[in-house]
Amino acid sequence: MPLIQRRKAAEADRAPSSDEKIAQDVREDEDRKKKESPSNKKKKAGEKNKWSCLDSCCWFVGCVCTVWWLLLFLYNAMPSSFPQYVTEAITGPLPDPPGVKLKKEGLTVKHPVVFVPGIVTGGLELWEGHECSEGLFRKRLWGGTFGEVYKRPLCWVEHMSLDNETGLDPPGIRVRPVTGLVAADYFMPGYFVWAVLIANLARIGYEEKNMYMAAYDWRLSFQNTEVRDQTLSRIKSHIEMMVATSGGKKAVVIPHSMGVLYFLHFMKWVEAPAPMGGGGGPDWCSKHIKAIMNIGGPFLGVPKAVAGLFSTEAKDIAVARTIAPGFLSNDIFRVQTLQRVMKMSRTWDSTMSMIPKGGDTIWGGLDWSPEEGYLPSKGRQRMNDSQVSSESGTNNSGCPARVNYGRIISFGKDVAESPSSEIEMIDFRDAVKGQNLANTTCRDVWTEYHDMGIEGVRAVAEHKVYTAETVLDLLHFVAPKMMARGSAHFSYGIADDLDDPKYKHYKYWSNPLETRLPNASDIEIFSLYGVGIPTERAYIYKLSPSAECYIPFQIDTSFEGEDEDSCLKDGVDTVDGDETVPVLSAGFMCAKGWRGKTRFNPSGIRTYNREYEHAPPANLLEGRGTQSGSHVDVMGNFALIEDIIRVAAGATGEDLGGDQVYSDIFKWSEKINLAL
Amino acid sequence: MGSVLRLWKLCYVEPVKFQSFGSNKNAEKRQQQQQEERSVSEVESVVQKNGRDDDDDRKKKKNRGKRKSREWRCVDSCCWVIGCLCSVWWLLLFLYHWLPVALPGFQPLESPGARLSREGVRALHPVVLVPGISTGGLELWEGKPCSEGLFRKRLWGGSFTEILRRPLCWLEHLSLDNETGLDPPGIRVRAVPGLVAADYFAPGYFVWAVLIQNLAKIGYEEKNLHMAAYDWRLSFQNTEIRDQALSRLKSTIELMYLTNGCKKVVVVPHSMGVLYFLHFLKWVEGPPPTGGNGGPGWCAKHIKAIMNIGPPFLGVPKAVSNLLSSEGKDVAIIRAMDPGVLDSEILGLQTLEHAMRVARTWDSIISLIPKGGETIWGDLDWSPEEGHGCGLAKRRTLQSSGTNMNSNRADGKITFSVMKEPAKYGRIISFGKEASYLPSLQLPSVDLKELLLGSPSTISNSTCREVWTEYDELSRESIRDVADNKVYTSRTLLDLLRFVAPKMMQRAESHFSHGIADNLDDPKYDHYKYWSNPLEMRLPDAPDMEIYCLYGVGIPTERSYVYKMAPTGKCKSIPFRIDSTAEGYEDSCLKGGVYFVDGDESVPVLSSGFMCARGWRGKTRFNPSGATAYVREYQHRPPASLLEGRGAASGAHVDIMGNVAFIEDVLRVAAGATGEEIGGDRIHSDIMRMLERINIRL
Repeated sequence: MPLIQRRKAAEADRAPSSDEKIAQDVREDEDRKKKESPSNKKKKAGEKNKWSCLDSCCWFVGCVCTVWWLLLFLYNAMPSSFPQYVTEAITGPLPDPPGVKLKKEGLTVKHPVVFVPGIVTGGLELWEGHECSEGLFRKRLWGGTFGEVYKRPLCWVEHMSLDNETGLDPPGIRVRPVTGLVAADYFMPGYFVWAVLIANLARIGYEEKNMYMAAYDWRLSFQNTEVRDQTLSRIKSHIEMMVATSGGKKAVVIPHSMGVLYFLHFMKWVEAPAPMGGGGGPDWCSKHIKAIMNIGGPFLGVPKAVAGLFSTEAKDIAVARTIAPGFLSNDIFRVQTLQRVMKMSRTWDSTMSMIPKGGDTIWGGLDWSPEEGYLPSKGRQRMNDSQVSSESGTNNSGCPARVNYGRIISFGKDVAESPSSEIEMIDFRDAVKGQNLANTTCRDVWTEYHDMGIEGVRAVAEHKVYTAETVLDLLHFVAPKMMARGSAHFSYGIADDLDDPKYKHYKYWSNPLETRLPNASDIEIFSLYGVGIPTERAYIYKLSPSAECYIPFQIDTSFEGEDEDSCLKDGVDTVDGDETVPVLSAGFMCAKGWRGKTRFNPSGIRTYNREYEHAPPANLLEGRGTQSGSHVDVMGNFALIEDIIRVAAGATGEDLGGDQVYSDIFKWSEKINLAL
Repeated sequence: MGSVLRLWKLCYVEPVKFQSFGSNKNAEKRQQQQQEERSVSEVESVVQKNGRDDDDDRKKKKNRGKRKSREWRCVDSCCWVIGCLCSVWWLLLFLYHWLPVALPGFQPLESPGARLSREGVRALHPVVLVPGISTGGLELWEGKPCSEGLFRKRLWGGSFTEILRRPLCWLEHLSLDNETGLDPPGIRVRAVPGLVAADYFAPGYFVWAVLIQNLAKIGYEEKNLHMAAYDWRLSFQNTEIRDQALSRLKSTIELMYLTNGCKKVVVVPHSMGVLYFLHFLKWVEGPPPTGGNGGPGWCAKHIKAIMNIGPPFLGVPKAVSNLLSSEGKDVAIIRAMDPGVLDSEILGLQTLEHAMRVARTWDSIISLIPKGGETIWGDLDWSPEEGHGCGLAKRRTLQSSGTNMNSNRADGKITFSVMKEPAKYGRIISFGKEASYLPSLQLPSVDLKELLLGSPSTISNSTCREVWTEYDELSRESIRDVADNKVYTSRTLLDLLRFVAPKMMQRAESHFSHGIADNLDDPKYDHYKYWSNPLEMRLPDAPDMEIYCLYGVGIPTERSYVYKMAPTGKCKSIPFRIDSTAEGYEDSCLKGGVYFVDGDESVPVLSSGFMCARGWRGKTRFNPSGATAYVREYQHRPPASLLEGRGAASGAHVDIMGNVAFIEDVLRVAAGATGEEIGGDRIHSDIMRMLERINIRL
């Protein structure tokens, strides 16, 4: 119908102007273009805007597409070195990447290199799934584009979860780690993890045969990766093979983040007798390993892990949040995203390996912590006093923004700052767990909080303050199942007597304070980490507005420090670190725990602390920066890459220049009173 | 006047308004044009290319005053059309993505893996997959400046986009060193490791993916499923020297054996991987430095079964044509992928020469040259396949003389009596159609060895430098001599190749051998060059090991060729080419200059079946421990409909990996069944009859 009307209108319009030559031409033109005429006629018909809107949309889309294709074509035809020209024109000549620079110095391949990726950076792919996962066979569920998170979120969560009882696969689902260098070279397209390091190593001659990515399923507890996938055996066999085929050159191991703990576990496992261990014999490590270069190692755990487990609010562990911050709070999951993420991540045993270890001795008690007196911005005046210190009246008079870092979780800010004697702590452990609240509506997002009942929740909040030791009790209280599973695989204490036969159990192997390093005095252990970024260390919590299906606690983001310099931001106390791991955790073992011959390091393995001061990228062109110190970006730090390449090519820690320290790690380590 | 005004408004003002719907920028651009009354801007001219009535508009442009209005109209309608197409496309794409994954009502066939899984078949033995030639991916680790940005990107496999973007650079990086057969200086191209190496050759073209998927259905995963990827361009021993590929395979098999509860592995090699694994069997038990030091019991301890898929045990005639004139189908897969490129001018008409130059640096191809000489492949007057009829479905042996005469006249040749003779497959290369069927007495015989002695004189190759092949070193006369010799059997073929490609053969013959051993106790057979020739090696001492030959039959497969001299061109340096005008009569095996026999499109039945059906059957000198050998053939059935894709009952060389019956066999063996349990031999072709004619001492 509208079409007919349109034609009539067009004719009527043309009639008066038919004597004009122009109009004749127009008509001829129109006859010629009959086929594509709708738009033309309409333009001539002019006044009809009703349908020209759609057409102009089409027109616009067409223009955009054409221009886009043109640009794409130009981009593809552009010589690939062009972006570099532009960058160099703007920022001046770039420094050579370390690989190129060191190749000019004549370094070549020497020792085989093993990468051990950390938590969440390794890809996971589907091998068997429920019906909803049709078509995803051997596609990445984790890593890559995460397209499936958006397309079928519930299915995705279901497949990423593990069994709540066993910590292994749920029935009918097999999700397995991606193998090979592709497992963790890029986390997502464009977001490198190991890729830069791999590229630089390749410059001096490394390739697949002497680089190995020890990919493992980072959701499992360490021993379970062996039980289910024989991952530890595979790593052992692969290292042996690489050492054998490269003419007896020992391997340089480069673990990152949680991979550090994983490799610690591996070293104990490989020398332990079968069946629990790998049966490699007591000198396996000294025969096969030249150096361990731990990048950002959370040796003593990270406070973030607590927040992650407690209320799913840490940054790194629940990376899902960073990926799509908007999406967490909106309605895709019907407001229960966090609950689902919590339910999923609580089935991952590995997160429990990062709960702070060493208790109050390391992390500080109610009134004390090794980092006290830390100022976030060193350039500023130290005596920038605030009311906090006078109010709290603790004895360290030199420090202004005094934070009791030892109180990892406190309920309410005043509690976080008042002296311990004033805090009234009510023991929550005896609190009766209430009956299940109305569970009907929340069934599919059921978390263990729903078992606790209101009484339990209130009791937790009334205890007010938790230190590294009591946090464990707290977690046992709020997530009994998870902790029951976890404490069979991990331990968080400090050993009194390492000769005690109980320390032969694998659950101690990933805790550096409850194991001895292998008997291999030739190995060198490096701790490489970034410093100069505020890092989460303690949290201020509040009870969340009660709603039925909610997580009852959340970080109280309303609390800010009184002045600019304060370490308290959005309810989180921060210290120096690499954005994820505090310096204390990353540096203590190499700075003190293993330095010289100690009971944790009986053979006197040499250790080195190498810190990399964070410098944010100067401009956007630099991407994530070549001098970054943050937890993952440090893998693109040129100084760190250079250190690694030198060691891989045969240098020792002394050749690198020994320790390189910017933070107060040695001072802080001094304060820790630990029998060595 | 009023109407003029209205028209003016119509033509100038309205469009501007109208365009401002879109974006201001575009509107401004158009406005400018109209005001300035100039010819179209560059942007527009690009856009205009898409227009249908571009030319019309240009003509109209000459009529000043009116053309402006038409100009933008054309551009606009172009944009409009593009916009419509794009929007519809996106809409469809969007709908496609939101479509439920499995369409209701469309029930695909249940995969063999799912069926067996229901029957209770479970993963038991670890499985090792060994890919064949050209199916494995290769990626760049170090390259020349022209390869900027391709670090760890696939050069081979995947989408092959770089061929189009920088073809010469691509060729340069895929070549190996002509002297050593290893990396050229400054270039490192390495095999992609892991299952991704050869699951898909190109997006959508599966190789191992279907088999992997079915294995996964019965419980396989990466810990008991391994892809032994290797650089298929290198000679087998060189993969160990450069990449330690054999050591890695050994270590992986040992690891899988241990971690899976001491279950022996099932090895599934495909195509050239069969020879590679044969080499591995000998290597692993051999003493260092050339061997893997596994000791004499290694294979018996670690290997349950070897399930050879489409095995070219005795070589493939295709390899010869490929080396001689780059005209094979399977080996030079490049051709199959984009046939247009080869003949077009992208590389300046020298695509084939380039391909030949690159392919001749790949030692591995030499491993596929027919082995066993005239004993196996037949001589001038005899071949094991003779009497094979090519109307494969009809099974007719001889043709009516009527069709004979017709085709003869068409050819304009006077040959009557011979036509009833069966094709002489033994003559793998013949120059001219007559030479392929004349009785041997009528053939001239020139001994090529004499030619070899006379040193070839170099022709000036100033203009052809960049596509230099070894043919340029041959003089015109010697090329004619080669053609005058008329006929080559699989024995004289080697002489021919030595003559036309001396460097390549010299390199390769230190890695491969193509004869038949007289006395296997001779210590010279400890050398690695004999390890991949089943007629010059003994199987390892492993009586429990099972060897399967699984291959498709029922597809015409290249067996011998009719060649002609190529027209002389300046840089047309390949002097020979297949005479594709040589056609046989209706039912003849000769098509397009190629004689066909039964096979799987790449490997003739003879080559794939001989060892399992005869050479290793029972206790023979090639199989002293008496490992059991089975032949399992799969009759080819083309896919019934397009929906079936490449077919669930295909017998073609690569497509067989999607064959349901084949997959079921592999799955059952992997789950613990023996050869007897899956039904022993299963034969469709004439293989047994052919083999009786072969006179070989066992």
